[in-house]
Amino acid sequence: MNIVVCVKQVPDTATERKLRSDDKTLDRDAADGVVNELDEYAVEEALRLKEAHGGEVTVLTMGPGRATETIRKALAMGADKAVHLSDDALHGSDALATSYAMAQTLKKIGFDLVILGSESTDARTGVLAAMLAERLGTPQLTLANKVDVDGTAIAIQRVTDYGFDKVEATLPAVVSVVEKINDPRYPSFKGIMAAKKKKVETLGIADAEIAAELVGLAGAWSEVAEFAAAPPRAAGTIVKDEGDGGTKTADFLASKKFI
Amino acid sequence: MTVDRMLPSDEARELMGLVGELTAKEVAPRAAGEESAGRFPREVFRTLGAAGLLGLPYPQEYGGAAQPQEVYLQVVEELAGAWLAVGLGVSVHTLSCFPVAAYGTPEQREELLPGMLGGDLLGAYCLSEPQSGSDAAALSTRAAEDSGGFLVDGVKAWITHGGVADFYTLMARTADDGARGVSCLHVPAGAAGLSAGVPERKMGMRSSPTAQVRFDGVRLPPEALVGERGEGFRIAMAALDGGRLGIAACAVGVAQAAFDVAVGYAGERRQFGSRIADFQGMSFMLADMATQIAAARALYLDAARMRDAGLPYGTKAAMAKLFATDMCMRVTTDAVQVLGGYGYVEDFPVERYMREAKVLQIVEGTNQIQRLVIGRAVTKPDPA
Repeated sequence: MNIVVCVKQVPDTATERKLRSDDKTLDRDAADGVVNELDEYAVEEALRLKEAHGGEVTVLTMGPGRATETIRKALAMGADKAVHLSDDALHGSDALATSYAMAQTLKKIGFDLVILGSESTDARTGVLAAMLAERLGTPQLTLANKVDVDGTAIAIQRVTDYGFDKVEATLPAVVSVVEKINDPRYPSFKGIMAAKKKKVETLGIADAEIAAELVGLAGAWSEVAEFAAAPPRAAGTIVKDEGDGGTKTADFLASKKFI
Repeated sequence: MTVDRMLPSDEARELMGLVGELTAKEVAPRAAGEESAGRFPREVFRTLGAAGLLGLPYPQEYGGAAQPQEVYLQVVEELAGAWLAVGLGVSVHTLSCFPVAAYGTPEQREELLPGMLGGDLLGAYCLSEPQSGSDAAALSTRAAEDSGGFLVDGVKAWITHGGVADFYTLMARTADDGARGVSCLHVPAGAAGLSAGVPERKMGMRSSPTAQVRFDGVRLPPEALVGERGEGFRIAMAALDGGRLGIAACAVGVAQAAFDVAVGYAGERRQFGSRIADFQGMSFMLADMATQIAAARALYLDAARMRDAGLPYGTKAAMAKLFATDMCMRVTTDAVQVLGGYGYVEDFPVERYMREAKVLQIVEGTNQIQRLVIGRAVTKPDPA
């Protein structure tokens, strides 16, 4: 089975994240880049499927040069090879443009199964899996906490508010995963060393037959009109217990709709 | 822990990055709870084993990572700073693999090392006995001739991983000839007649079982012999030279961890209107701690680099063990002092570090034995 895992480099959520004042895109230099956490679950699931059914796991990322760090991590975990879609023309692509560029690349490299995390910790649109499936003309099986493959049949458990749905389809397909699906492995030291020797193919937009006018800031369908820094945290509320502390706390939580 | 390290390769930097991630996510968060409960974290060793950290200094062809001692020991330091039972456990395991790796026949290495270094197995090292500690050559566990193989009877004491190890590297007497009558044997944990006693109730490192290991008519095949018959004491001493560097690295790790807590606390705690770190009495104390830690790290790394270069390093290893562990005792005691009352309670980790430091002055040769080794090396024999 030819599995492609889409991974994304995102700014570390533990650091302060900023947008650039000039074009209102992410300021990638302001924070350390890490693998989007949900994508690590996607890599793990891809590796488990490969271990169970054989085949090959290819990592696909779209991002600037430094996104190779993210590719290395996925390769160190055990993926076989990687494709890095990198082109200045892609800078500022929104979700629609990104899905177009990724879909073009996926058509070029071929796949039986595409796996990705259900959302990224930076933009958090959570729409890429659906958009990719639509563009590729394959079934979409999203928000999976369990994936079973049997020949060309694929079934997932889709997490819902009320439990889960069982969704079945035939490969090729696009699957997005949630964090409950598995426990991602750590790379081993040998894996880190071996990753250096694995093939990373870098593609520009021409290589993937991506039309320049459909991607980047100019090709984006959505626009960041304005942004402002998050307001500083307001002072907390101190509840003084005068025999009714429990009630006051419960009222406070209820007012914030926590309970 | 943010320690500026001079590492010899990109590979070593990547390794330290992996170790940093593992200690932050898998080791440090569990230390206080497991120490308090006295539970051995076998699964943490499996995680480290899967990551390839249980055979770092050994050849790649047998499943090791061919890392120099200089790098391996800094990994031990980082692990010990997060949790001494884990850092010291890795050091003991690595020491237990040394005799087969350095003195085993090609067949023994082929047969045993991949398992020992592969990450699934954990080793223990059996030299001390109830009546034979510093005077190791006085050991009495006997490995008698037994139809070509050996019949082992005796009791080993203070065995780290006793009862949880998968193999035991054993020093036993094959002849009544003092140090020359000792041989080294490889014993799988499942050998009939091998049993471990109730773990000792220790002052610290409670999650790492230390127990007596009893050999009651344990039969071993001739292939269990590692090195030549009668070569065991020499092997044991060579292993201990390396083990001492492991303990020195552990001591630096624990001291660094204590210092980090102390310096963090001193930067937040306010008395008389200012941070206590801004009182000169406090900042001088912290300055001395930092200096002592840096000096101990430099000393063990110097010995490690000599070993990596193939130079004699035994005396320097003894110096590093002596200096680093005495330093660790002082620094952890001072860290408790910096935190005052908060340092004395279990809500902060420094009282644990202080309890852990003490054992490092005792194991792998007491610090009195280290002085004996160093003293012999620096004085000439009396010509009279």
